[in-house]
Order: sequence, then C-alpha cells, then structure tokens
Amino acid sequence: MKWSEFFVTGEPLIYAADVAIVLTIIGIVFVLTYFKKWKWLWDEWLTTVDHKKIGIMYIICAVLMLFRGGVDALLMRAQLTAPNMKFLDAQHYNEIFTTHGTIMILFMAMPFIIGLMNVVVPLQIGARDVAYPYLNALSFWLFFFGAMLFNISFVIGGSPDAGWTAYFPLASNEFSPGVGNNYYAVALQISGIGTLMTGINFLVTILKMRAPGMTLMRMPMFTWTVLITCVIIIFAFPVLTVALALMTFDRLFDTQFFTMANGGMSMLWANLFWIWGHPEVYIVILPSFGIFSEIVSTFARKRLFGYKAMVGSIVGIAFLSFIVWVHHFFTMGAGPAVNSFFSITTMAIAIPTGVKVFNWLFTLRKGKIRFTTAMLWALAFIPNFVIGGVTGVMLAMAAADYQYHNSYFLIAHFHYVLIAGTVFACFAGLHYWYPKMFGHLLNERLGKWTFWLFMIGFNVCFFPMYFLGLMGMTRRMYTYSAGLGWTPLNVVATIGAALMGIGFIVLCYNIYYSARYGERDMTGDPWDGRTLEWATASPPAHYNFPITPEVTDLDAYWVMKKNGNGLEVKEEQLKPIHMPSNSGRPFLISIAFFFAGFGLVFKWFTLAIIAAIFIILGLILRSFDDDDGYYISVDEIKRTERLARKGA
Amino acid sequence: MAEAAHRYDETMPLEYRTEESRLNILGFWIFLGAEVALFATLFATYLVLFQRTGSGPTAKDLFEVKDVLIETLLLLTSSFTCGLAIFEMRRNRLSGLLTWLLVTLLLGAGFITFEIREFIHYVHEGATMQTSAFLSSFFVLVGTHGAHVSLGIGWMILIIIQLLQRGFTPRTARKVFIVSLYWHFLDVVWIFIFTLVYLTGMVI
Amino acid sequence: MGANNHHESFPWKHVVGFVLSLVLTFAALWVALSSGLTAKAIIGVIVIFAIIQASLQLFMFMHMTESDSGKIQTINMAYAFFIAIVVVAGSVWTMSFVL
Repeated sequence: MKWSEFFVTGEPLIYAADVAIVLTIIGIVFVLTYFKKWKWLWDEWLTTVDHKKIGIMYIICAVLMLFRGGVDALLMRAQLTAPNMKFLDAQHYNEIFTTHGTIMILFMAMPFIIGLMNVVVPLQIGARDVAYPYLNALSFWLFFFGAMLFNISFVIGGSPDAGWTAYFPLASNEFSPGVGNNYYAVALQISGIGTLMTGINFLVTILKMRAPGMTLMRMPMFTWTVLITCVIIIFAFPVLTVALALMTFDRLFDTQFFTMANGGMSMLWANLFWIWGHPEVYIVILPSFGIFSEIVSTFARKRLFGYKAMVGSIVGIAFLSFIVWVHHFFTMGAGPAVNSFFSITTMAIAIPTGVKVFNWLFTLRKGKIRFTTAMLWALAFIPNFVIGGVTGVMLAMAAADYQYHNSYFLIAHFHYVLIAGTVFACFAGLHYWYPKMFGHLLNERLGKWTFWLFMIGFNVCFFPMYFLGLMGMTRRMYTYSAGLGWTPLNVVATIGAALMGIGFIVLCYNIYYSARYGERDMTGDPWDGRTLEWATASPPAHYNFPITPEVTDLDAYWVMKKNGNGLEVKEEQLKPIHMPSNSGRPFLISIAFFFAGFGLVFKWFTLAIIAAIFIILGLILRSFDDDDGYYISVDEIKRTERLARKGA
Repeated sequence: MAEAAHRYDETMPLEYRTEESRLNILGFWIFLGAEVALFATLFATYLVLFQRTGSGPTAKDLFEVKDVLIETLLLLTSSFTCGLAIFEMRRNRLSGLLTWLLVTLLLGAGFITFEIREFIHYVHEGATMQTSAFLSSFFVLVGTHGAHVSLGIGWMILIIIQLLQRGFTPRTARKVFIVSLYWHFLDVVWIFIFTLVYLTGMVI
Repeated sequence: MGANNHHESFPWKHVVGFVLSLVLTFAALWVALSSGLTAKAIIGVIVIFAIIQASLQLFMFMHMTESDSGKIQTINMAYAFFIAIVVVAGSVWTMSFVL
C-alpha cells in the first residue's frame, strides 16, 4: 500500500484537518508535560473506576463528537444552500452525511445519555458505585477507542460513504471498495461491545444495589427509564454485533451474506440493522424522557403526575420497540400482511408515548414553575417532540410511507424526534446536573442564550424540511437544480443550522465562563431537588454517601427535607466503606482493541492477531487478579464530611 | 443490600456467599440473555438464507447423521458431567469437582475435534464459506458456537489452575459456577443447532 | 431455594435430566428421519422437543430459579426467549417476500 492511499489526499479541508489534529495533539502533550499533569491524568482519570468520573469522561467525549457531527452538518447545509453548489463534490458529501449520522447517534447521543446515567443513577438509588466498576471503565474505554477509530477514518484511509445505515449492496466491496466501510463495521463493533456491558452493568446495579426501602415503585423516573433502556440495550445490541460481524465477513473474507450473487440477500442487512436500529432509537429517547420527568417535577415543585402510568408505558415500550422495525423499509414491498402488522404496531407506540406527554402536562398544571434553563429545555421539548411524533404516525401508515420514504419529510421527522427529544434532554440534563458533577452552576444567562438560539435555530432549520420533502427533495442528494423551486426553503434551513451552531458556541463559552466565574454550589442542592443525588455534596465524595440513606417514599430526598430527618451524618454511625481499586487494564485492553480494529480495517492480519493476543492476555491477568478493593477508614470519612460541611 | 448479606448463612452454597459473587452470577445470567439474542440473530440469518444455495451444495447434500450425532452426544454428556462437577462442589469435594471438570474439558475438546473434522470435510467437498449464502450462514452460525466452546475450554483451564492454586474459596467457587452456566448454555444453543440446522436440513 | 441439594449423595436431578435429554435427542432424530410425517409436522415436533430439552438444561442443570435473584433470572430468560422468537420469526416472515 502506498502512502498516498494510506493518508487521504487532495482535499484542502482534509489538509486543514490534518494540521489541526497534529497541532491539537502537540498542544495536549505540551500542556500535560508543562504542568506536570501526566501522573494526575493517569491516576485520576485513565485508571479510574469511579462512576462519576467515567460519566464526566463520557460527556466530554460526547460534546467533542457533537462538535464533529455538527461541523459535518454545517458542511452539508452549506453545500445545499443554493442550487448547483460546488462546495463539496458528491463523494465528499456522501462521506459527510455518513459520518454525521453515525457519529451523532452512536458517538454523541448514546455516550451523552450513558454519561448522565453514570453520574446520576448510582446517586439516585443511594449506591456507592455500579455493580461492576472495573467493567464500567472497560465499557467507557471501548467506546472511546471505538469512536477514535471511527474518527481517524477521514484522514487515514477514507471515511465510510454508504450512509449511516450502510445498506447493501452499496456497502459491499463491489460498490465501496475502499476501507471506509471497514472502519464502520469494526469501530461500531468495538464501541458496541462497550455499550452492551454498560447495559448489563446498570441493569444489575439498579436491580440489586438500591438503598434499603427503595422498592421498584419508589425509584426516581430517570432510574426507571434507564432500567428499561438497559433491557433494550441488552437484547438489541447483540443483533448489531451479529449484523456488523456478517458485514465484516462479507467485506474481509468474501462471504455471501448480503451480496448480489450466490444466494446473498442485500435486504437481510436492512432487516438486521433495523432490528437493532429501532430499539436503538428508544435507547436514546427513554432516558431523555426520564431526564425531562425529573426536571419537570423539580421545577414545577410537584410530584410527577401519573407515576404508575408512566412506568407502565415505559415497560410497554420495552416490548413494542422490538416489533416495529420493518417500518424502516415498508417500500421493500413485503406484502400487505407484513406492512399492515408493522404499521399497526408502530402506531401503537404512540399510545404509551402520548400517555407520557399528558403526564408531563398534568405535572405542570398548577405547579409553581421556575423557568430555569433546564426547565426551558424541558418545556420546549414537549411541543417540538409532539411535532416529531405526529409526523412519525404519518410515516407509520405504510401506504402513505411510499410517498414520504427517504424524502426530507423523513429527515425533518427524525430530527424533530432526536433533537427535540434526545439533544434537548442532553442539554437539559447537563444544565441540571452540572453542579452535581463539577461543584458549580452553569451560568443561567448564557444558558438561556444557548436555549433560545438553539431552539429557534432548530425550528428554522428543520421545519422547512417537511415541506421540502413534500416538494420532492430526497435524502442524500448532494445538489439540485435551480428550476425545482427548493432554493428559498434551503436558504432558510441553512440559516437555522447556523443559529444552532452559534448556540453550541455559546454553550462552550458558558462552560469556560462558569468554570472561572460560575456560582459555587455549596449546599449540594441548588434546585431544591427531590431525589437522592441532591442529598450529597457537590461534587459528591468518592464514596457518594457516608451512610446509606433509608428510603420511605417516592421523591426520597424531598420527603426527608419535609420531615427534617435522615439528612445529618451521625459520626458514631460511620463504618469503614469498601471501595474498588483503580485499574489501568481497561484502558490498555481498549488500546489493544483499537489496534486489532485498525489491523482488520486494513486487512493487516498480523497486527490484528498480535493485538488480539494482548486482549486475551489482559483477560487472563484479570482472571488471576484477586484485588478485593480497599476500605476507607472512619477517620478519613469524618475528615471528608467535616470539610464538606464547612463548605456549606 | 446490607440486609441481604445477613440472610446468607454458612449452609448456603459457597458461590453465593459474598455480595460480589451474587452480583456476578446475576450479571452472567443477564449476559446469557444477550447471548440468546446473539444466537437468535444468527439463527434468523441462517433460516432466511439456508435454501439460497446458489450453485453450491444444499444442506441435504452435505449433512451426515453419524457425525452430527457423535458431536451432539459428546456435548450433551459434557453438559451432564459439568453439572456433576457443580454437584461435587456443593458437597465440598475438590477432587470430585476437578475430576468432572477435566472430563468435561476432554468431552468439549472431543466435540471441537469432530467439528473441525466436519468443517474440513465440507471444504474438501468444495463447500466453503464463500460458496453460497447458505454456506456462509452455516459456517458462521455453527462456527460461532464452536468458537464459544473453544473459549469455554480455555476459560475452564484457567479456573482449574486457580482451583489447584487456591482450593475452595468464595471466589473460585463462584468462577466454577459461572463457567458451568456458560457450558450448559452452549449445550442449549447446540440443541437448537442440532434441530434447526442439521435435522431440518436433512428433512427439507 | 433449590440450592440445598448438597445434602444428597446421588445427583438424581442431573441423571434424570441427562436421560431425558438423551431420549429427546433420539426421539427428534427418529421423528426427522424415520417417522414419515410431513416436513412441516416434523419441524413442529422437533422444535417442541428442542424447547423441552433446553428447559431441562435451564431448570435442572443451571438452577435458574435458585438464589434471591431467581425471579430476575427467570424473567430475563423468558424475555430473551420472546426476543429470539421475534427476531427469528419476524425475519423469516419479512424476508420470505424477497426474491
């Protein structure tokens, strides 16, 4: 292989990216060395098994990926602003919409949600950590190196270009001969394994590590949604694992799963992809519902309306989400019985979702609403998400779908669901739990600027797309001619996208500004919260709770505050706390995964095998490891708690 | 779950005695649920593709009762002996445990040997993974199961070494129990491979 | 609890499970090769045999219902079974329309 094939060449944008990457790496290395932070980085972050730190790392990566995916989006909007634009060529445009979709779903939305899960769930259920802290670190690093592997594709070897759904036969060797789709198959596989382990980890954590007295029906709504999300992850991700493995076999070893000859069936890929892909949508939306439920209830100062109905509807979705996948390819033409069945199940999902919308509205009714930034996101979510949901029901009608399919109508629909649902929830959750993570609040003024810019920009960008879709503009076209009359709406959409970009910049500035000048959270409970995470200091001590709280009701902390008990730490009750030890092995094993993946992408099997040996070695070492963790002494707990209270 | 810790007295099996062990065993069960989904996807792929043989041989041309039956009996018996190993462990008999684990290992190795021979035989008949969609899905489904068995053999060897080094501890007992769950599960998968791949292939 | 069989001196549960598994295996083989039923009937019968045999493994060898997590383990496997049926039957049904 020649160097000119190894590195992507010929595009000024790519050269600029090359330079930026090299400069960033040099910058990071320089800063770490200059401030002597290498040991700190290793001890505090790379080897940590603390769920709070792992959560923060997830969120940092998610924000970086939001940047990357957002730049992709802006490039696409720039290209489509006017007819016959020459800004991007067809190939480059293909690569950009592929990476945009893949990154936003798998490397932005999921890790953002998983990051919030990591930070919040153990605190909400009164636990000291997750069930398997070591595995949690491994999950994160596998996700991280999977994401890195995917991201280097655009400078080394070339990006995948067959869409985020990577449909066959387009994604086969015959039509996509480069290494781009190998990256897709391998990188998603690596981070997918991490996600599966997260699912198992949090399911067991929630089922087995709740504080005494916290029955299932006293769990905070966010924890409930995470529980069901974990169930969906556990049963959906193995399907992706298999689908990607078959794709890898087809591409690397010339098997005939999805080929056009020797009995291969291209549509089987679409089938397997969406058996995972539809539940995946619920993986990112259910925790978002949970976040909004917490925020609406906190800032309306009311108990969540219809808690039981909410739980029931979430559990219902755990079943329904697995029996709707064919609606993604109604146009394959699988006969009236199949299309009718999946059409009905799809529409049925609107019922549990509708139940939730009414629950939020009734929670707001007669509440003493505080319009914080987090609450603004939650309030904006409801109408915007309903627009996405209603157009979803339109798409669910199989006959009508033949008209909407793969048009900008669809694009508008799923962005209304995923942005107004998941992205709004990520921003809401970030503002809401930020003090818990970092000990200071995000600036509310800047936060509201972000909100208005992003929310208005979002509507300006995507609402016209419904009409572009009805006017016949189809998805994934890289340019169009002037006579089609699409230009005005495309210009509007691009303006909206720019507003969203500015909103994101304000958010980043807010993070910087608040770190320097932000209001410190001395109480640990800045919002007058209802659930147990607000009973800890901000940020919480390493062990979360000095004494495991006793739960007597839903909204455990709210009830404690009302009754004025269960809050103070009685020093004579303290006992030594058992904590798991840090380990560098998850990080190192994941690096080995990265190299194994890289080897597979380029069919350098020697590298892949050597890296695989390192992975197995890491697993063997883990098997023989009998580190039982360590105890934090009572004296140390006393010191930490006194310090925290002196702050308060 | 501090309360739960007290509910367990010394009469409980060793593998359930620590909180960590109980969490790990439950987690492994959940993982097996994920494995069900994984194999279900492979079965779905196989069943969709198994009559799409292209110009290659069909299932009826290839499968032979004798080989399959030998593999089935080896694996079924190994699942039984693995159960006996746990039975011995719960009677606190280390030597019995080790003996049955070793028998299980040998039966598993026998199974893998026969499977590899079967695969080589097919390849010699010109039926490779690249020949047709049917054969791709056949080799990947049955091969994934075989890879699981091989992994199980390696894993069991590690645990036998740890048993020899450390004897019965809550930790080693839990590991033996978990590997036994894995091993039985592989037999469950094989039952369906036997039924849906081999027997069905010989009928249709 | 079901975990107290360490008092027994002979592994009855395992032996019974093993014998039943052997019987079911050979029965399935006989149905498939020598019963003369239609292909559809054969597949129906042997799939039922397989499900029974799988349940034997889960309950008699794997002690699925034991420990304080027995209920969770059972629900987990039942749900996994639901997913398996959805994935297999759904894929075969949908893909049967592809030429």
